[in-house]
Amino acid sequence: MKLKDTAALNALKTESLTLLDNRRIANPLTTMDAQGKPRHIMVCGGTGCHASDSPEIAKLLKEELDRRGLSDQVEVLQTGCFGFCEKGPILEIHPDNTLYVEVSTSDVADIVEEHFVQGKQLERLLYIDPNTEQRFASDLPFYHNQLRIALRNCSYIAPENIREYIAADGYQALAKVLFKMTPDSVIEEIKKSGLRGRGGGGFPTGVKWELTRQGEAKQRYIICNADEGDPGAFMDRSILEGDPHSVLEAMLIAGLAIGSTHGFIYIRAEYPLAIHRLEIAITQAREYGLLGERILGSDFCFDVEIKYGAGAFVCGEETALIHSIEGARGEPSVKPPFPAQEGLWGKPTCVNNVETFANITSIILRGADWFSNIGTEKSKGTKVFALAGKVNNVGLVEVPMGTTLRQIIFDIGGGIKHHKTFKAAQTGGPSGGCIPTKYLDTPIDYESLISIGSMMGSGGLIVMDDSDCMVNIAKFFLEFTVDESCGRCTACRVGTKRLHETLTKITEGKGTLDDLDSLEKLSKIIKDTSLCGLGQSAPNPILSTLEYFRDEYLAHIVDKSCPAGVCKSLLRYKITDKCKGCTLCTKHCPANCISGSVKEPHVIDEERCLKCGACMEKCRFGAIIRH
Amino acid sequence: MSNNNSLIKDPYQLLDDYIDSLPYKKENLILILHHAQGLFGYLPDKVQWHIAQKLDIPSAKVYGVVSFYSFFTMKPRGQHVANVCMGTACFVRGSEKLQQEIESQLGIKTGQTTEDHLFSLDSVRCIGACGLAPVITVDGKVHGRLENTEDIKELFAKYRSEATPDAQSEISNIEPIQDVKHAT
Repeated sequence: MKLKDTAALNALKTESLTLLDNRRIANPLTTMDAQGKPRHIMVCGGTGCHASDSPEIAKLLKEELDRRGLSDQVEVLQTGCFGFCEKGPILEIHPDNTLYVEVSTSDVADIVEEHFVQGKQLERLLYIDPNTEQRFASDLPFYHNQLRIALRNCSYIAPENIREYIAADGYQALAKVLFKMTPDSVIEEIKKSGLRGRGGGGFPTGVKWELTRQGEAKQRYIICNADEGDPGAFMDRSILEGDPHSVLEAMLIAGLAIGSTHGFIYIRAEYPLAIHRLEIAITQAREYGLLGERILGSDFCFDVEIKYGAGAFVCGEETALIHSIEGARGEPSVKPPFPAQEGLWGKPTCVNNVETFANITSIILRGADWFSNIGTEKSKGTKVFALAGKVNNVGLVEVPMGTTLRQIIFDIGGGIKHHKTFKAAQTGGPSGGCIPTKYLDTPIDYESLISIGSMMGSGGLIVMDDSDCMVNIAKFFLEFTVDESCGRCTACRVGTKRLHETLTKITEGKGTLDDLDSLEKLSKIIKDTSLCGLGQSAPNPILSTLEYFRDEYLAHIVDKSCPAGVCKSLLRYKITDKCKGCTLCTKHCPANCISGSVKEPHVIDEERCLKCGACMEKCRFGAIIRH
Repeated sequence: MSNNNSLIKDPYQLLDDYIDSLPYKKENLILILHHAQGLFGYLPDKVQWHIAQKLDIPSAKVYGVVSFYSFFTMKPRGQHVANVCMGTACFVRGSEKLQQEIESQLGIKTGQTTEDHLFSLDSVRCIGACGLAPVITVDGKVHGRLENTEDIKELFAKYRSEATPDAQSEISNIEPIQDVKHAT
């Protein structure tokens, strides 16, 4: 069914609203919905829950409801990410306002019996706050302090049904832009909102659109950068999986604003579910006449094509990404010319990140003033963070700019796992830095993160505790950049390799104090002379750890010890006088380097010890220590 | 796209049919390589040369692209491809240890294939299942919270018991893109 004008879109919206009726209001638990409409079980279909068998849970729920004759009263739907990945798989029941966590396939029969037949909450699947022991069916503490703009529809609608998106104000912003605004006023609105690129750079989106629009050109291109490469960041993928239409609609709006008729979505081939949902969304949008010729009866034509990445981190850089779409090696090129002047196939091209696009429709519908009231002076709106590592509540969180790290990690994230001590938070992926405890109360925005030696990046936020060695973390990131450096410029190709070698030397206990100076000097040279963002930011993990955790470097170099007990070469195992001489350790030592007679204390030959820790794991008397 | 007949049909013919169906050819080199890897399981010189001829471009260009992207492989893969996630979240939750454990259980290093061509081991940069860290994927399916030796043994034993005897001669007929196995 092609929608031929705004009236048709609005009629479809009115008709589709019933799909969401149940979800707008929170009714007290009832066995039968008052209006006789089916209740909805929203099963999380995000990556984490998907991996923990959520599709199977959805299937079994359907079968069980069918068996109990309830299938016309309860509908099972798969959604995008709820964000609370730690407790997945998650499902929410509307309109009962009940959220069940850590659901497994064996819980299905109980859910149907207790919740739907007997009409009471299944207590054991409710979320329990580990600090207060309080049970929550809704309004979980995890969601306090969050403001979901980019993630507004994830977990709220079923992403594979365009009508649900339309009912949730979908494509209204497009209609507004088509019939009530001009390209100039659209660009003006985005500029006024203060929206900046969410992929990491933080370039003002409105200005980028304006630059692409300038100058004569027969064709211009819109590219959606979904080549999410930062290890530990998965927000773009979750948006595409949970709300693909919001990205398509924003690309249409950008197309209209800059005068483009063709868009590309460049996505990692490692994201099969996101690709699948995008393909469905594109097909449906074409069916409804929201992509293609004469959209909603206007003169505007626009279509979108998916392009697949092939596993190269550097392709997140816009010039490299453009080369990859052209079918070549994804190597960056010197800017200027910027893609806005000469991009894909030499034409002006606007490259925006997925999360940036996900903010556009809300800005158009609710106005630039609304958006610019959220956030800090220079960073407006919200940012999605992928909170991971040693934190209790791993997941996706969206908070207003200016929220502090402490609020994110301790209030939303529920603090550090196993009651350990916070040591550092790493933001910005391999281009970012490690932020120590003293900056926990810094309000986060683009500028503040740079001023403390890190950067926003795409929003990965990895929490580390006192069992993480910062030298080893720096080495880990350098290993990544060495691997991903495309090899085009010498500074990055050779420089990162030398940095990595020096770090390896230090973690093996062979470092000298001169190495610290050479690390700093080389880091600065690489930052100044690399061609693209990858090389320019590659030394950040070293510089920030050197600044905040210099004592750990010194411990490795001077004391030849690793305070966190991570760097193998610096570990020493020793058997104390607690040893009862049970000989268990000798049986498990792969190097046969433990000697001693039965019922006598044993000794480890340190020369031959492989430092595997097998003896310590096996000892039943706690007699073996690591130091 | 490939179908169930691809075991009978000549994969080169299938590849040619696919290339013929594309409106633009040279620009879609990466897409074609994805498809070819889906048909052949890997991209040996012969396949690269075939594509270069078909698209009328230098084979050096094809090789340049294949060698640039870690998704493409020029070596044949095992029947099952295991990828250890080396994203930061998994790293701080012990993926390095997990990788060493799998390497010792399979008796190969990362990037290698077992002698019986049953398993290939690789690493991948973040698959976005950080809530389950540390994770591995086997043939695209995610297995999370792998923290003890026994769970890992059990997992590989399960795949070993399902293995078909002709692992070595099998030509993979998985659809490219849809079933991502060769990510590194």
